[in-house]
Amino acid sequence: MDNKKVVETAKTAERPYGAGYKLIGKNYTTPDLYAKVTGQAKYAEDFRADGMLFCKLLLSPMPHARVKRIHADEALAMPGVKAILTANDLPAPADTLTDNGTVIKASKWGERGLTNEPVYQGEPILAVAAVDELTAAEAIEKMEIDFEPLPFVTDPLDTLRPGGPNPRTDGNVWTRPTAPGSQGPGAPVVTELKWTKADFSELAKGRLPMGKTPDEWSYGDLDSGFKNAALVLDETFVTPDTSHQTLETRSAMAYWQNGKVYIHTGTQSTAQTLPAIARWLNISPDNVVFISEYTGGGFGSKITGGVSMIIAALLAKKTNTPVMMRISREEETFIGRARPGFQGRMKVGFSKEGRITALDMFVICDNGPYDAVGDAPSSGRIVSLLYQPQAMRWRGVTVLTNTPPRSAQSSPGGLQGIVIIEPIIAKAARKLGVDQVAIRRINCPEGKAPFGPLLQGKQQYATSAFLKEALDRGAEQFRWSERIARSPKRMGSKVRGVGVSLSCYVGGTIGFDGLLVIKPDGRIAFQSGIGNLGTESVMDVHRAGAEVLGVPWEKCDVVWGNTTKSLPFTCVSGGSQTTHAMTRAAYATAMDAKKKLQEIAAKKLGGKPEQYEVANERVFRKGGGAGMTLAQAAKYAIQLGGVYDGHEAPADVHKLTKASVAALAGQGLVAAAKDTYPRDGSTFSYVASFAEVEVDIETGKYYIVDFLASGDVGTVIHPRALGGQMLGRSTLGIGHAIGQKWVFDPHYGQMVSKRFYQSKPPTILDVPVDMQWTALDIPDPETPVGARGVGEPPVAGGCGSILNALSDALGDEIFQRAPVNADTILTSLEAGRPMQHPLMAHI
Amino acid sequence: MTEKTSNDAPKAVSRRNFIKGVITSGVAVSSAGYLFRASTLLHGQQLTGGVGERLITLNVNGQQRRVDVMKQETLASTLRYKLGLTGTKLGCDRAECGSCTVLIDDIPHYSCSVLAHTVRGRKVMTIEGLASADGTLHPVQQGVIDEQGFQCAFCMSGFIMTAVGYLKTNPNPTRRELANGISGCLCRCQDYDKILTALMRGAENSRRSKLG
Ligand code: FES
Ligand code: FES
Repeated sequence: MDNKKVVETAKTAERPYGAGYKLIGKNYTTPDLYAKVTGQAKYAEDFRADGMLFCKLLLSPMPHARVKRIHADEALAMPGVKAILTANDLPAPADTLTDNGTVIKASKWGERGLTNEPVYQGEPILAVAAVDELTAAEAIEKMEIDFEPLPFVTDPLDTLRPGGPNPRTDGNVWTRPTAPGSQGPGAPVVTELKWTKADFSELAKGRLPMGKTPDEWSYGDLDSGFKNAALVLDETFVTPDTSHQTLETRSAMAYWQNGKVYIHTGTQSTAQTLPAIARWLNISPDNVVFISEYTGGGFGSKITGGVSMIIAALLAKKTNTPVMMRISREEETFIGRARPGFQGRMKVGFSKEGRITALDMFVICDNGPYDAVGDAPSSGRIVSLLYQPQAMRWRGVTVLTNTPPRSAQSSPGGLQGIVIIEPIIAKAARKLGVDQVAIRRINCPEGKAPFGPLLQGKQQYATSAFLKEALDRGAEQFRWSERIARSPKRMGSKVRGVGVSLSCYVGGTIGFDGLLVIKPDGRIAFQSGIGNLGTESVMDVHRAGAEVLGVPWEKCDVVWGNTTKSLPFTCVSGGSQTTHAMTRAAYATAMDAKKKLQEIAAKKLGGKPEQYEVANERVFRKGGGAGMTLAQAAKYAIQLGGVYDGHEAPADVHKLTKASVAALAGQGLVAAAKDTYPRDGSTFSYVASFAEVEVDIETGKYYIVDFLASGDVGTVIHPRALGGQMLGRSTLGIGHAIGQKWVFDPHYGQMVSKRFYQSKPPTILDVPVDMQWTALDIPDPETPVGARGVGEPPVAGGCGSILNALSDALGDEIFQRAPVNADTILTSLEAGRPMQHPLMAHI
Repeated sequence: MTEKTSNDAPKAVSRRNFIKGVITSGVAVSSAGYLFRASTLLHGQQLTGGVGERLITLNVNGQQRRVDVMKQETLASTLRYKLGLTGTKLGCDRAECGSCTVLIDDIPHYSCSVLAHTVRGRKVMTIEGLASADGTLHPVQQGVIDEQGFQCAFCMSGFIMTAVGYLKTNPNPTRRELANGISGCLCRCQDYDKILTALMRGAENSRRSKLG
């Protein structure tokens, strides 16, 4: 992008956060940072073991085929080649036993790591272990495989056509039939869905066909909503598929000792990856040790690590030698997950003030060949919450294709839904002559805002929403009125445009456990099962516990990253759950510690527990008098045993936590608790994003002049980490607006965009040198510390605000899909209408 | 809205066409490109390709290190797998991301795209060599600590090495200049703003330590 006109601006002073707190809302140096800056931090590929072998994968050249025969003799005869692993060597997938005792049958459509029926180009078929990587790669080259090609499809619309090919032998869509003997939907199954020729007649008009869908919900009176509308828009929009592109690929190293497997790989949850490994390997969780102190990014692609890690584990077992599996960037593109693209259509009715009277939303989600992603249903719920339409219908279908597997990516479904509706709202504001901030303000959720389908006649609702305040704060800080008043917008070949976008996403879950030990030396160990993927929540949430106990942070240690280190049951760090869920657990645990300290003091010094208070590393009589240090209390806890030193665990904590409590027993005062705090509503976080762009209409190139994200994300826990999420996740979204997408050759089912340069993430030159963020710091009323998660909401705002700034500069007839590239701008400007195919996927 | 779009839909793929396509694009089987051989691990077994190793001496972080390298071996492989210096990361293995950046005679280079044997007689500096022997951090490392400059930090050593190299030629850059200087590095956690603030702080620390 052209950067030459950027003006240097000073950074605005950081707002003070954390009024009334010692630790919450304050910046600090995370305990993992020194290891990171000195290069000592070990990520999966940094581990070595004696005699370690290397493995390489053979990836399917075809998008869908059956492996008829593998000719491996020549490869296996090579010196240095130790073993081959094929799908026939994989253990049968295990069923899942949920915590409440229900058995979930392993899906017959599930992904297993290696396969005899590849369902996408790049799917691993076999792996070879050898003394070094070059030998392993040479062995892979010598393999010959007889394939029987099978029908395939890369564009969801092509499989929905009458007589269109199916991506899996059983069908092409995920459906959730009602489980026998229950009200709710059962496990998803693959079935066949074809639309009619009549449905497809819409395509000739450049509009999304809307055939039968397995899922739909609605509320309110849609017809009268449209009838009473001053303006009705009906638009088709396509959002891109984008690889997560974590900078660290899913490399893994594994070895076995005494019947236990030790695995190193990246993850978004230390605690919950262990049971996933046990399930994939079909072994007892007791025989799994998982080590992951540092993870090079996740964004939803490493929720419980990747199933591919079992390849290293099984080869290590077969050879009785440690095995390193390095995943290259190209391999990561195939097996490393991606956001599903949407082909969407929305009909929206507006009152003359811009209030949404009716919204009819229809989405096709490109699921890839494996497990059902939840993006389609979540897109409907998020849009209904964020714009509060007076009446709404949502219809969606999750379609399988022979393209690499998808998974949740930062704001799954939220980004796609918001990116489809935001340009429509921008267009409506222009047509109605309403200000862009005002039209969003009038539709904003507020307080316990309702959302989604009617369940037993009622909608669900949010715990709180202060998005209007965030929008107002943002508009003021961005100097919105000043920018829109500036004219002329055009100077020579350069046109400026400003855009604003709303966004929201789930901001937290409940019901997880915390665990800490007050040691006899007075230090506190916070046991953290959170993955260390960069957000720093693995450390940050425990500051809430230290705050409750009044202990200086210097006296606190965080223990993380290794399942032998007695970790509690923890949420996965996906869907922005962690800050909310785990500050609750940390708070509950600190309260348990406090109660135990008071009881110990009362037992030793007399009186009642409630006559004691905990502060300044002591427990002492209120108003002065007898007391003891935390160190002394820890020693007494060990003497007392039972619940005080971990010989007894609370009844309501998870079995994983109970095992960890038992392992820590006798080491000090052991506090463990499950978050049982009430919560009225579902937790969401909200962002209002603002952008100004400058487009050169002679070249089609544009650059982002300024950007601001203003958040309603609850109590701020760690400002610098929050700022990283606000702007980092915004930039991930900006990538979806300015250039990132998958490109496929649909004729042969081959992927074109395999490397960074073919679907390039934004670089530092693609964003302003001074991006801005701010947060309201209003506590959420439904959680003890008031904190909510923030990873997801900035993403859609980043994308939406750029798209809206572009249409402000260029008009409504330039693009109807994201990303918007220079060629689209130039050709569409010349033609006066969007010049890209309106619906074809992966172009 | 355009009227003549439905014709653009892909035609049904014949099996013959498909097979032809797979043959012409039959590359996915080959995933070579980021490979490394440690033939010393072969315990005397015969190698197939006749790739010889040579014992060479490299100057890494101020130390002379004797190491066997193949002629096609990248510096990143040598550092990570033979010299135990795993602070240098591989994000793409082909000159796209900058996470493997090291200094060679004070100039930042992508070590994934430099052959190890070509740096004989030159000074290689990795992230492990930045802090002084007594553990005092380099001013740029300290800047990152001061500002909590990165998230997952997989990109961090590349950014720090690039900034250290850049600041040698321009010790007092503007934000824009430093952004240009480090633009060969990709961060996927993507808070470039905070990264830039941290490295600007590093630049300031460097100037101050030279004054003091
Ligand atoms: S690993 Fe060298 S540039 Fe990416
Ligand atoms: S901090 Fe994660 S890639 Fe840069």
